[in-house]
Amino acid sequence: MAKPVKQDTMALNGDEAVAYAAKQCEVDVVAAYPITPQTIIVEKFSEYVANGEVHTEFICTESEHSAITACLAASVTGARTFTASASAGLALMHEMLFVTSGSRAPVVMAVANRALSSPLNIHGDQSDSMAERDSGWIHIYVENAQEAYDAIIQAFKIAEDVGVSLPIMVGLDGFTLSHSLENVDVLPEDIVKQFVGERQLPMVLTHEGKTMPFKLDPENPMTMGPIAFQNYYFEFKRQQEEGMSNALKLIPEVNSSYAKVSGRSYGNGLIDAYKLDDAEIAVVCVGSTSGTLKVIIDELRQEGVKAGLLRLRTFRPLPVEELRNALKNAKAIAVMDKSMSFGGFGGAVFHEVRHSLYDLQTHPPIVNYIYGLGGRDSSPRELRKVFEELTNIAKTGHVESPVHYLGLRE
Amino acid sequence: MSSKEKTWKEISIGAVCSKSSVGFMTGDWKTYMPVRDLEKCTTCLTCVMLCPEGAIRWHPEMSKIEFDFSFCKGCGICANECPTKAIKMKIEQE
Repeated sequence: MAKPVKQDTMALNGDEAVAYAAKQCEVDVVAAYPITPQTIIVEKFSEYVANGEVHTEFICTESEHSAITACLAASVTGARTFTASASAGLALMHEMLFVTSGSRAPVVMAVANRALSSPLNIHGDQSDSMAERDSGWIHIYVENAQEAYDAIIQAFKIAEDVGVSLPIMVGLDGFTLSHSLENVDVLPEDIVKQFVGERQLPMVLTHEGKTMPFKLDPENPMTMGPIAFQNYYFEFKRQQEEGMSNALKLIPEVNSSYAKVSGRSYGNGLIDAYKLDDAEIAVVCVGSTSGTLKVIIDELRQEGVKAGLLRLRTFRPLPVEELRNALKNAKAIAVMDKSMSFGGFGGAVFHEVRHSLYDLQTHPPIVNYIYGLGGRDSSPRELRKVFEELTNIAKTGHVESPVHYLGLRE
Repeated sequence: MSSKEKTWKEISIGAVCSKSSVGFMTGDWKTYMPVRDLEKCTTCLTCVMLCPEGAIRWHPEMSKIEFDFSFCKGCGICANECPTKAIKMKIEQE
C-alpha cells in the first residue's frame, strides 16, 4: 500500500473542518442560510469568499427553502454545489430535498444535527435528518471532526459519480461535534483536488433526439423537472433506487481509495465495527456517541466482557448485508436512537437494524434505547447500563421490554 | 400501461424530456375559450405578445391572427388586455 501523504494538523471544530473540506473541494456554488449549530460552516466559508481564497459563487438566500433550491439549480448546470443546515432549516428544505434527489442533483450538504421544535431546543439530536430518511438523499453520519472533514471530501466523490448522481447529507452531531475543537489532519489542497476530480456528467437523451451531458445549458437546451404522471413517475423513482444501489457499491471503494491517500478509513465506509468479531453483546450506534461507547467497551473487555460496537456510518443506502453479517453471532443487541418515531415502536435506527436481521435463521434478541434527545448528555456511567442489560439478556435470553429511554427521569 | 411505454432502464435520468412538448396537447382541458370579434379587432397584436402559452400567432404575410386551441388553456389574459374589447371568453363547447 502506498504511503499516505504528509498532512498538516489544524485545530478545528467540526463545523470548521466541514468548511475547510468544502473549500479544498473547489466548490463552485454555495447557497446557504445560517442556523445554529451549523452557522460556523457558512460563516467560515463566507470568510474564504471575502478573502478571495476561493472562487465560489456565494449566495445568501432569504430562507433554507431558497438555499436548497438555488443549490439544485446551480447543480444541474454542472456546478459543484454545497450547503449546510440543521433542525428547522432542514425541515424547511423538506419539499426541495425530494426535488433535488428526483432531479439527480449531486448537492452535498452538511447537517449539524439538532433537535426540532417544539419545545424550542438548539442542542444536538438526530431528529432533523432522521425525519428526512425517505427524501432520496444519501445519509452519512460521522463520529468526530476528523471524520467530518474526510466525509465531506468523500461525499463529492460519491454524489457526483455518474452511476450515483444523488445528493448527500453528512450528519455531524450538533455542538458535540460542530462546536468542539479537535486536532484535524488535513490533506494538501492539490491532493484533495486530485482525489475529488472534475465533475463528470451522465448522458441523457434530449427532445431533439441528441445524446448530451445532463446539464442545463443554453447552447444545448433540454427540459428538466417536467411532469411525469401515471405513465412514467414510477419508473423515475425506480431509477433513484438504482442510484442508491450503486452508492452502496461505491462508498466502500471511495473509503479505501481515500485510505490510500490519507491513511484514514472508517470501517468499510458503510459500517464501522469496533471489537465486534468475537462480541457476545453488541451496540449499534449512529454518530458521536460511538466514541464514548468505544471507551466503555475497552473497559468492559478488561473486565472480561465480550462487548463490541457497530457504528452505522451510512444510513442510506442501508447496508443490510453488512449489518446481518456483523451482528449474526451476537447474543444480544442494543440499538441506540437519538431521535423518536412517535408511536412507531422504537426509533428509526432500531427499525432498520431489526428489519435487516429478520432474514437470519436465528434472531439475536434486540432492544432499543432512545437517548440524548435535545442534547441531553449521555455519560459513560449511563451508557454502561446498556451493556449491563445486554449481559443479562445474553445470559437469560429474556427481553422484558424492547424499547427504553436512557437518561430520562422516570 | 401500454407496451409502447419505456422501462426504467431505457429512459434518461432526472426526467429529462425525450420528446418535444409540441406533441403534448395542453389545451384540451380548458373551460373557457377566447372568441374574437373581427369587426372590433385592430390587429394591434397585444394578445399575441401577452399570451403566456404562445398560443396566439401572428402571420404577417396574411396579416392574420390565429388562435391555437391545442395549447390555449382559456386563461382569459387576451380578453382582459384587448384594448378594443374584441375578445370575449365563452364556455367551450364541443
